[in-house]
Order: sequence, then C-alpha cells, then structure tokens
Amino acid sequence: MVRLITHNMLACHVKNCTKDNFPLSFSDVELVVRPAPENLEFIQRFLPKLDWSALVDTARSLGDESLPEQMPDQWTEEQLKALHHVLMELHVEEGNMTCRGCGHVYPISNGIPNMLLAEHEVGR
Amino acid sequence: MSRPEEISPPEIFYGDVEATKYTSNTRVKSIQAQMTRRAMELLALPEDETAFVLDIGCGSGLSGELLDEAGHVWVGVDIAPSMLEVALEREVEGDLFLQDIGQGFGFRPGTFDGAISISVIQWLLNADSSSHSPAQRLTRFFTTLHSALKNPSRAIFQFYPNSDDQVQMIVNAAQRAGFGGGLVVDYPNSKKARKMYLCLMVGQQEIPKALNGDEMQVDEDSSLGMKKRREEILNEKRRRKDQGGKKGGKKGKKDLDAKEWIMKKKELYRSRGKEGVPNDSKYTARKRKVYF
Repeated sequence: MVRLITHNMLACHVKNCTKDNFPLSFSDVELVVRPAPENLEFIQRFLPKLDWSALVDTARSLGDESLPEQMPDQWTEEQLKALHHVLMELHVEEGNMTCRGCGHVYPISNGIPNMLLAEHEVGR
Repeated sequence: MSRPEEISPPEIFYGDVEATKYTSNTRVKSIQAQMTRRAMELLALPEDETAFVLDIGCGSGLSGELLDEAGHVWVGVDIAPSMLEVALEREVEGDLFLQDIGQGFGFRPGTFDGAISISVIQWLLNADSSSHSPAQRLTRFFTTLHSALKNPSRAIFQFYPNSDDQVQMIVNAAQRAGFGGGLVVDYPNSKKARKMYLCLMVGQQEIPKALNGDEMQVDEDSSLGMKKRREEILNEKRRRKDQGGKKGGKKGKKDLDAKEWIMKKKELYRSRGKEGVPNDSKYTARKRKVYF
C-alpha cells in the first residue's frame, strides 16, 4: 500500500543519516495497480510539495515512463491524469526500500513498510 | 477505568484478540468515531478540500475511515502489527506504516496538512524497555512531527493522561518542540464524557473552545425549559434579596399571617404543577369554630 505520493515524502530517519537520505530506493518490488477516484484539484495543490526529480526517478525504476523529465509549467489534463496514476494508483506491495545514505533497509511486506529502527539507530 | 498502558507494551497489548475488539465491538467503535469526529472538528481543515493528513496510531483504521469519508488522503502509522492487519482486511484507503512514534518520523518537512491521534500518546509515557526514556521519546516524537507538518497547520491528540504530571510532561515536550496551542477539555465536569484534547499548532493560531455541558442539550424544548427554570431561580433570588432589603432581615413564616402564607404555598404548588391543590374560596384559611 505504499503509494508514490507517500514515498515521495519519506526520508530515512536513522540517527545521523542526513546525507542522501531521500528518496529511498526500491528493490525486489511487487507492484499492484489499484484504481483510485481522481481528484486532480488535490494533485494540483500537492505539486509544490513534490520533489519532482525524485518522483520521476522512482517512477522510472518501477517501470513507469509516463512522466516528463522536467516538471511542466503548464499542466494539461492528460499530464495530470498520468501524474494521478503514478502518485495514487501504483501500490508497492512487497519489496525493500533502501536508504542510499546509510544503507538501512526498510522491508515492505503485505503492503506495510516496517519503519522500526534498532535501538542504536534511534535519533535523539 | 482500566488502563491498558499499565498492562503491557502497545505492540503486545494490541494483539489479535484486542485488535478484533476494535472492529466487532460497536461500543468501542462508536466512541472512537465520536472522538475522531471531534478531533477533525478541532483540526479545522478547510472544507471541501482534500488534505494530506497523518493519523498517528491509526490502529485498525477506524479513524482513517472517517478521514476517507471526509475525502482526505491520509497516512497511518501504528506499532501493533495485528491492528494493521485488521486495517488491511478492512481495505482502508490510506497508506499504512509499521512505526514506533517514539523513534520519530522520517517525513520530509511540510508534508502534512494536519495530524490526528486518538488515544495514543499516553503510551509514549511508558518505558517498556531499559533503553526507553519517555522524555527523550516524547521530544523526538514532537520535534519530528513538528517538522513534518506544514505551516500553518494543527495536530490534535485525544489522550487519557494518568495524572496532571503526565499532562505537564507532554505539554512541555510539545512546547519545546516548537508547537503552540494547549489543552482543550470537553465536558470538564462530567466524569464519563470528559475528554482531553491536546491541540497543537504550527504557526500563530487561536485555541478552539471546549465543549461543556450546555452544548449537550440538543433538544430544543428541554434547553428552553432549563432557561425558564434558571430565570425563575434568578427571579426568586432577586425577590428574596429585595424583601430582605426592606425588612432589614430574614423574612420568616411568622411575618405573614396565616392566609397569606397558605395562599403563597398554594401559588407555589400550582406553579410547580402539583396536582390536587385545593381551590381558593371564602373558606380558605378561615379559622375553625371552637366546638365544645
């Protein structure tokens, strides 16, 4: 159930991991597409929060090429729909999320990522 | 009242048995729903606009369902796998995370438009393992949450504190993390309905008002009746005061003659709607003839 909208907001929270801790990279992914009701107005409002290059890279690593390299200035409805599909309808059910900075692996099982840290990794 | 915090750590307490209670028990459900509605009211998100909300301690997704209904996109975190499993079975819309909130969040700054949490943060006050320090976990939780919320926004926590010290500790930790706001206590005079909400604000905002007993009267008639009654009491008090002022002392039975006193009593009974109050007549309060 990890959607890319959430993944795009997620950084590694291991202690002292401040460099390259975003985005977490996917591996061994099992993808599921679940149709979601379209809410293009919400997507449009959400645009400033997105890290575009991270989103495009992640989407491409998952095999979705529908997003342009640069964030368009003027959005057509088609582009918004593609973005909606990438953000809200792609669910990662199984796999791993790896932090490129510290190498911590967050396993995803059954659609739920395990974000628990070991005691020595907890920040103060 | 039972305190689950004193029984075992949350990930163990909310096992399969406890988790099913949250879906099969209608009482638990209705209370949770009620508190979530109130929390959402306090959260005061702009209406008719989809927001990105964090549900802290989402459990089986009861509160998430209400967020869905309101049309919001949400992310839930919880530490109990069994509860999350139930949430999965119920096919809630939000993204779920298995996360210990005391370890902090990894969300990027300004991610969420708001956060709610129902009956959760009292768990943070427990030290379930030797490495847990409640103060540290609270601080970590609030600081990472503060950065994950956008400005301006709110975070509403319903919680059951054990003592005033606990409240103080939580509020202090939140303030140190940069939050404004404070406690809102609904129905403070009722033991049962009393609910505490910690309303934390990012940015300058006003604290919402608590509910007290008066708003509970939804029934128009009864509230009107109460108003009338209150007015009567006020009037009575005023009258007594006036009379007292004239006579310069308490006016007792002895100052009235018998007839006045009886008439007053009858009037009082009638106004109270008592049945069987005798009619007034020329015989009322007349002295009886002495026989023998």
